[in-house]
Amino acid sequence: MPIELNGQTIETDEEGYLANRTDWNEDIAKEMARLDSCDLGENHWEVINFLREYYEQYQIAPAVRVLTKAIGKKLGAEKGNSKYLYELYPYGPAKQACKYAGLPKPTGCV
Amino acid sequence: MATAFETPPLGEYPVIPLLREGAMAHSKPFVAKPDLQKGLGFPGELVPEWEKVAVTKLGELVSQSRALRVFLDSCVKCGACTDKCHYYLGTADPKNMPVARQDLLRSVYRRYYTFAGKFFPWLVGARDMTKKVLDDWYSYFHQCSQCRRCAVFCPYGIDTAEISMAARDIMDTVGLGQKYSNEIIGKVHKIGNNLGLPEPALRNTLDGLEEDVKEATGVEVKFPLDVKGAEVLLVTPSADFFAEPHIDGLIGYAKVFHAAGISWTLSSHASEAANFSLFIGNHDNLQKVAERIREAALELGVKRIVVGECGHAWRVAYSFWNTLIGPFDFLDPRYPAPQHICELTYDLIRRGALTLDKSANDDKVVTFHDSCNVSRGSRMGNVPGGQFTIPREIIRACVNKFVDMAPETIGETTFCCGGGGGLLTDDLVELRVKGALPRMQALQRVVEEHGVNYMAAICAICKSQFTKVLPYYEHSRDMIGSVHGLVGNAIVLGPKR
Repeated sequence: MPIELNGQTIETDEEGYLANRTDWNEDIAKEMARLDSCDLGENHWEVINFLREYYEQYQIAPAVRVLTKAIGKKLGAEKGNSKYLYELYPYGPAKQACKYAGLPKPTGCV
Repeated sequence: MATAFETPPLGEYPVIPLLREGAMAHSKPFVAKPDLQKGLGFPGELVPEWEKVAVTKLGELVSQSRALRVFLDSCVKCGACTDKCHYYLGTADPKNMPVARQDLLRSVYRRYYTFAGKFFPWLVGARDMTKKVLDDWYSYFHQCSQCRRCAVFCPYGIDTAEISMAARDIMDTVGLGQKYSNEIIGKVHKIGNNLGLPEPALRNTLDGLEEDVKEATGVEVKFPLDVKGAEVLLVTPSADFFAEPHIDGLIGYAKVFHAAGISWTLSSHASEAANFSLFIGNHDNLQKVAERIREAALELGVKRIVVGECGHAWRVAYSFWNTLIGPFDFLDPRYPAPQHICELTYDLIRRGALTLDKSANDDKVVTFHDSCNVSRGSRMGNVPGGQFTIPREIIRACVNKFVDMAPETIGETTFCCGGGGGLLTDDLVELRVKGALPRMQALQRVVEEHGVNYMAAICAICKSQFTKVLPYYEHSRDMIGSVHGLVGNAIVLGPKR
């Protein structure tokens, strides 16, 4: 289902992940979150930004453990665990956060 | 994101549900786009005269596989299979009874390849190959996890998994493929694993794990990648690099190798044990995916190949590798080729080569979920039933409190997690939640009676599936874990800091 935003139509796949990663901007992330009834706060953005940086370097989203470690370093050790990430992204941190970050959905047995 | 459906209630005891016709007729996975199809050697979309192409392909399959022909010919409709499928038990849709699922294909086979069906189709339930039939196939052959539980109860040994694989192969041949499985197989062909994890990212992840283990234990446990001349090549599902709780299993394997002093390596060329081509029943892709492992083993000059915790990978390795990518005459003949990580660990435990401190797992009351492809598609060790006893012996060596679930739900008659066979995808989440019902029912009982709070498994699909569905049944998602996660906790590597 494409996303309509500011008079533009942005292509996505069946599950709402961006068809073209280069289409991404912060407003699109906010709109995707709004469609899921999720309000993006500062801590959500820490995750999104880390995912985007990691993807830029490695062409893949980071392993959940790599993500929790990085978030723990930035936001404090008590937040460096997958329980905290599930609170931020209840649908699963890898999948939901990747979507808002404009990255492809992780595939495989995950 | 959430799809509206009701999680089936867990009763006091399991019941065979009243039929609800068409209850799951809406369940269909996303269709693979043309570029995904073409990467696997399939047509991009439905080909002209696809009905003919499908019937011809079916004829080829039954002439190549004596087993498939016997499965299609021999059903006497005795009904023994009807209440054995977890998807039927969880959805009450009569088309999820194994016999009904088989009949979707059998009816077409009869129409074109049997005397009675050619001349008196109405007498023998024979059907023409039509779009309506194809739609039914797409829906209901993607409601079979190819777990083979029904085959255990069939007096003729009819294997619905083989029929479901054949149907999916025919659908791919006419240009109708499933997005989830075919996208993944394409990534293995291109990059070497299901995730599409490139070599630098893999290396970065493994380096991070070395740091973590050093921090936690003070011991320098290595996670080697592409090391030529290592003794062992470990081939494991890429979820072990990426997901929780899988990664604890990987840490467990590394600690076992470290403690036993076995030199080992992972390969960036063959960074995947899984082979989803099994699920789509396609021989060419099955071989192509498996071939990477032979290539890596030869390139690295290893003496042994060990397979990590992945259910269907072990079936492919144990049952098919020899004919697909053998012979393994270049490996050390003193060890099984291939060897399961559980066989390796169990052997070390028996020889007293590992120091295990069970009290490290004293916060857990553990049960074990047998994975279908290990239970019914392979074996471990050199005695019948080794695939059931070996993982349990490992667990018992690592924990003080272990209980099994009800006997009819484990071992050879284990229930599928609900996500096997290429169905572990969000577009099938309703099916996955409902299909998990029989396992959840059995789990609930040991939770109530014995205080079980940890279910160990040796399959990446099972682990991800339970992480997803446990919360629907009001359990914590981290209740599921790796067998080698327990080993990793219990193993004593050296003096702690």
